[in-house]
Amino acid sequence: MADHDPKDETRERIPAMQSLLENPFLLLFIGVAMPTVFYIIWGIMEVVTIPLAQ
Amino acid sequence: MTSYLPPAQRIWWKVPVGRQEIVWIAIALVWCLIMFFMMPYWHVYGKQNLSTEAYKTTPAQFGPKVQAMIDQYTVRHETEQQIPVVAPPAGSDIYMLGRLWQWWPILELEKGKTYRLHLSSMDWQHGFSLQPVNINMQVVPGYEMVLNITPDVAGEYGVVCNEYCGIGHHTMLGRIYVKE
Amino acid sequence: MGNFRLCPDSGLFFDKNAESLMKVNAVAAAVSLLVAGLLALGVALTRWPAVHLLPADQFYMYLTAHGVDALLFWIIFFEIAVLYFASSTLLRCRLAAPRWAWLGFALMVIGAITTNVAIFQGNSSVMMTSYVPMQAAPSFYLGLILFAVGALIGCFVFFGTLVIAKNENTYEGSIPLVTFGAMTAAIIAVFTIASGAIILVPTYLWSIGYIAHIDPSMYRIIWWAMGHSSQQINVVAHVSIWYLVGGLLLGARPMSEKVSRFAFLLYILFLQLASAHHILVDPGISAEWKIFNTSYAMYLAVLASLIHGLTVPGSMEVAQREKGYNRGMFEWLRKAPWGNPTFSSVAISIVIFGFIGGITGVVMGTEQINLIIHNTIYVPAHFHATVAVGTTLTFMGLTYLLIPVLFRRQMILPTLAKWQPYLFGAGMTILILFMMGAGTLGVSRRHWDMDFTGAALSFEYSGMAYTMMGIAGIGAVLAVIAGGAFLLITVGSLLVGKKLDASAGLLQSFGVPLAPEAYNAEPEILPMAAAVEEHGSAGFEAPGTFILAMLLLVSFVVYYFINWKYLSSVWPLS
Repeated sequence: MADHDPKDETRERIPAMQSLLENPFLLLFIGVAMPTVFYIIWGIMEVVTIPLAQ
Repeated sequence: MTSYLPPAQRIWWKVPVGRQEIVWIAIALVWCLIMFFMMPYWHVYGKQNLSTEAYKTTPAQFGPKVQAMIDQYTVRHETEQQIPVVAPPAGSDIYMLGRLWQWWPILELEKGKTYRLHLSSMDWQHGFSLQPVNINMQVVPGYEMVLNITPDVAGEYGVVCNEYCGIGHHTMLGRIYVKE
Repeated sequence: MGNFRLCPDSGLFFDKNAESLMKVNAVAAAVSLLVAGLLALGVALTRWPAVHLLPADQFYMYLTAHGVDALLFWIIFFEIAVLYFASSTLLRCRLAAPRWAWLGFALMVIGAITTNVAIFQGNSSVMMTSYVPMQAAPSFYLGLILFAVGALIGCFVFFGTLVIAKNENTYEGSIPLVTFGAMTAAIIAVFTIASGAIILVPTYLWSIGYIAHIDPSMYRIIWWAMGHSSQQINVVAHVSIWYLVGGLLLGARPMSEKVSRFAFLLYILFLQLASAHHILVDPGISAEWKIFNTSYAMYLAVLASLIHGLTVPGSMEVAQREKGYNRGMFEWLRKAPWGNPTFSSVAISIVIFGFIGGITGVVMGTEQINLIIHNTIYVPAHFHATVAVGTTLTFMGLTYLLIPVLFRRQMILPTLAKWQPYLFGAGMTILILFMMGAGTLGVSRRHWDMDFTGAALSFEYSGMAYTMMGIAGIGAVLAVIAGGAFLLITVGSLLVGKKLDASAGLLQSFGVPLAPEAYNAEPEILPMAAAVEEHGSAGFEAPGTFILAMLLLVSFVVYYFINWKYLSSVWPLS
């Protein structure tokens, strides 16, 4: 623990990935956007583009 | 006692990860990639892939196509309900429709020949479950699925409906014969 | 003043509002479980071919209600309680917007009752999935919409509480891992509920005649964004509870905060894509869409589950070894508190969820393999392993813990409680394994009669399929008995268990706070965990767990390729 003195830590910047994981609303956004784009929107496009029967 | 307390370090992202976890993550990732690439691999080298050919249709469009095949190729009738048994030529387009509560008509196919099977529903959703082979597909009203099937064992097969379609669901049973 | 009380047994601080809401949600969950369990008995005794108890119309009615009560109401009521616990209690923070939280709860109760009434009136036996164009009574959809809105309010109360805790500095550093897991569940819940609204609102309008047509394929895609994701909420919630119970009972701490939180991030990003598992044999959907979505984008959410599969038991092993259970590979496991129902529930849940639920889920969610599994009774076998053992048994285990801590009652019938998780696990495992077998033999799910009585044609399943369905029925009966024992113990404890504190009487079991003098604590800022030694050891800290994890992986690989082999034997299709 010697190299992890809490007083030193307070000065160190929080890494980007940790900041991401500490931002609930950003996570909420990407957690909703991912499946909306890849599952729902892409899926709806699949259904819409099914051709008409002859 | 820390899973429900804040992490011991303010900057926990930089705490080194133990070797055990790294080894396990590496092994698990390799396995995940193998499973992922099995699916495209099977599209190229496997023989059981579901066709993605489908068309939007209506009962009024699909019904007459089924009837045309029945009119042309019926070889006999079975059961008290006089269900037509249709034996279309090898390689042709064949049709089966699902409706409350029937798979219609009975098909008679030749072993080892490939057919273009058209499936649709006239009313609600149904499930095409070929038994005892155990091939299962969703049959959706308004959509006509077209797939190439090659029956490779002769015999008498049941077509169970395995999507719940109301009170008579359990009586919805069709048949496919495969001749030598 | 004082809105907090300190639980002398657990050291947890409870906010008065949050405490009452947790209690009422837990009680509503238990009522839903009771209904779901009774219905399960009817369903199981009908599918047991030799018994074939109910007539067809009642069977489908029971099955619809069983699905809705067990998969939605029981679980989501409980999860709302978990969200309030993970935010307010674990962060020592007042609950955000308690009036909104009560409104949400009221909507959920009204919704759950409305949908149940619609089903039991008999005109809404449409199964939980309610695939269009089969139509239920409008109140069936309306109830689900109300319930969903209420649950959404609960999610935002959770997020609001996170914000308050941060602004008011009720904790040092980052939120605890368990709270982070609960947040992951809440994020998935928001997507789930939004999808439900997108599809159920038009379907409701269709049922009352405002909309002429709902496209059945589109319905399937969007409905499953709700139907499957709702079960992913469960996965995340019960994994979080595994971490919680490891910490509370064994003093386990995460092997690595970074690894566990990163695994939750993978859930946030990819878990919900698996809604595609239900669309794999639908007409006209491209293979690219199916492969990308069904594999959670290259199985990255499966990777997350495999990580938790190592780190949850691994953290328990490390904690046990520190206590001196250090001999050999498995002394830590042998000396675990197997007589504590909370621990045994979680342990059984981890094993069955991993070895059966997880593996079957990935196998049947493989694009082509789904052809030989879709809509067979293998599917309910899978989700009983994930939801009934994985989630439900975990929630049961947590409830045993909460009776003294939250409700301040001593648990009655401790010996029965000791055996209950084993009986439930055993009954469910029998049910699951034999339904898997019957499904492999082609037996259909959601089907009243495997004899096809009254059909024009005939088809006979093999004798083995009948035997398996019979044994599955026995397993189901055992599980229902164990479920009854759980409710007897918990409800009995709330009613007649010895009171542990100054009490507001019997009503405290149903949401009324304890006597006012209990709320005399002002929580201090939630401290960071005591820093023990640095992790990141070069050796294997939890070798026993690693062996178990490798066993899981080997079973997974073998079973996966067995199914490809089986697929290769059926009629060629293209």
